[in-house]
Amino acid sequence: MGIVTPGFTGRRRSDVNLPPGQYLTEDFPVLSAGPTPRIPLDTWEFVIVTETGEKHTWSWAQLMAMPSEDVTVDIHCVTKWSKLGTRWRGVPVSAFFDEVETAADFAMAVSYGGYTTNVPLDDLLDGQAWVAYKFDDDDLAPEHGGPARLVVPHLYFWKSAKWVRGLRMMLEDEPGFWETAGYHDYGDPWREQRYQGD
Amino acid sequence: MAFTETFTDGNALAGPLREIFALEMTSADGRCVTCGRTGPVADLRVYGHENGPGLVARCPGCEEIVLRLVVTPERVWLDLRGLVSLAVIR
Ligand SMILES: [Zn+2]
Repeated sequence: MGIVTPGFTGRRRSDVNLPPGQYLTEDFPVLSAGPTPRIPLDTWEFVIVTETGEKHTWSWAQLMAMPSEDVTVDIHCVTKWSKLGTRWRGVPVSAFFDEVETAADFAMAVSYGGYTTNVPLDDLLDGQAWVAYKFDDDDLAPEHGGPARLVVPHLYFWKSAKWVRGLRMMLEDEPGFWETAGYHDYGDPWREQRYQGD
Repeated sequence: MAFTETFTDGNALAGPLREIFALEMTSADGRCVTCGRTGPVADLRVYGHENGPGLVARCPGCEEIVLRLVVTPERVWLDLRGLVSLAVIR
């Protein structure tokens, strides 16, 4: 006894690069703004509505048939926890836009249960965002946004809408649920854009 | 027919609002915009009280949002979207 192995104390926190004001957690805290919606897969749909009102709809079966990606990303919640190396499986958002013609620069993510959050379209494309349906190899649990949620890891995690139902394309930026109540319109954790005015 | 519309600016609300927001609020009766249910603020279902970005209070009758409260370092954001009225006891 008395022998301390290098691994015993774990990784030094100082060698982890976190955005300003964040602390590391191993848990996955559940934040909620209402009751957890339960969406049967046979009625689930993902809908993109363009600025002209054109609707593009995908069923669960169609989502499952799309090429998926496995990604490992760090996530940062505005309530100050960060979780490193989270593993997700999902369809990149850019894949949906292969079939959608839009001149809009902004999207409002819309969720089952009524939640909304605004994200610039450029931040949803090019391997930056996914419609994710597995976490750690398991089906995404309802309390974490299942059956499918948006994952946009480079922005604060409130932009990663749980229970995502679709995107409403917008020519002008509009604030979503938390953005109308004091939170930042863009939400870059590395620039600590937590609140309006940051 | 002609109406003469006279109004003052919102500074006229300063005294009355200061009086209201100093009062005990949980016993105040609110009427829900969505379903019309009327009951004390204390009966609302509040989400996000543990570690959420803000407090979201929902109607126990219809689960729609009655009010939201977000406290940031520089402001308190109050959204009363789901209230037709709030009857605060003086
Ligand atoms: Zn109601």
